[in-house]
Amino acid sequence: MSGEVSLGEPIDADVDLKVEAQRRELVRHHGPVLTAIALGGGLGALARYGMALMVPTAPGGFPWATFFTNILGCLLIGVLMVLISEVWSAHRLVRPFLGVGVLGGFTTFSTYAVEIRGLLQPGTAGLAFAYLAGTLAGAMLAVFAGVAATKTLCRLGTTRQEAPALAGKPKA
Amino acid sequence: MTAVLIFVGAAIGAPLRYLTDRAVQSRHESLFPWGTITVNVAGCLVLGALTGAGTALPGPVLALAGTGFCGALTTYSTFSYETLRLAEQKAYFYAAMNVLLSIVAGLGAAFLAYAATRALM
Repeated sequence: MSGEVSLGEPIDADVDLKVEAQRRELVRHHGPVLTAIALGGGLGALARYGMALMVPTAPGGFPWATFFTNILGCLLIGVLMVLISEVWSAHRLVRPFLGVGVLGGFTTFSTYAVEIRGLLQPGTAGLAFAYLAGTLAGAMLAVFAGVAATKTLCRLGTTRQEAPALAGKPKA
Repeated sequence: MTAVLIFVGAAIGAPLRYLTDRAVQSRHESLFPWGTITVNVAGCLVLGALTGAGTALPGPVLALAGTGFCGALTTYSTFSYETLRLAEQKAYFYAAMNVLLSIVAGLGAAFLAYAATRALM
């Protein structure tokens, strides 16, 4: 258990009130912020639906569509969060639209839980556990890979430009 | 038509996740991501109930409230990113508890709501 520290970078990718800019995000801009999240969420959910149509799941079969959706979304949130917190000083609607909206709407926890429930039956209980653990492991690997790869690529980029090193984080 | 319903449901679910997360965080001064757990468990509860209703539920309702609303209210990307960030901060206990609590409470909610709806129908 760690002490409660104040962080420059968020823990929560949706919104983290410990980050000053995100605490104030709704003050005068709640219209644009909520609209960006709603639009992004709608588009993300449609992409998830598209994936479900492309990769149909047979009853009692492994839910590949949700599996791929969640793992891809976790990879991309890792990439996005590094880009907007360490690389660009992104427009204030980028995180709400892409992170909270598109990726939040694309990935799903409810379908994951309901699919596990559906598989937890005498014939398919093993599959249920494989899906539960496989998604979890895959998602954690994906988000880690997304963060690590983006940090490495950005570091290579800055070294080549001989720009001032990444020592000082641009945003508080 | 299904696509429109999914879009509309998600356009409600995603901002509701953001607003709920803010509301929960403003009441709990903690590193632990209670906000995301709240929306994820709530979404599992609603989708569990919808699934329990089975074929009694018209397809369009399932598209709007299930695929759209519940799908966008809940999130795996934020859940995994938070777990990673907690581990990076060496808050390993919080990271492990986040995984354990999300899965146990989410599955519990889905099971409970499914069984309750089945019993009522």
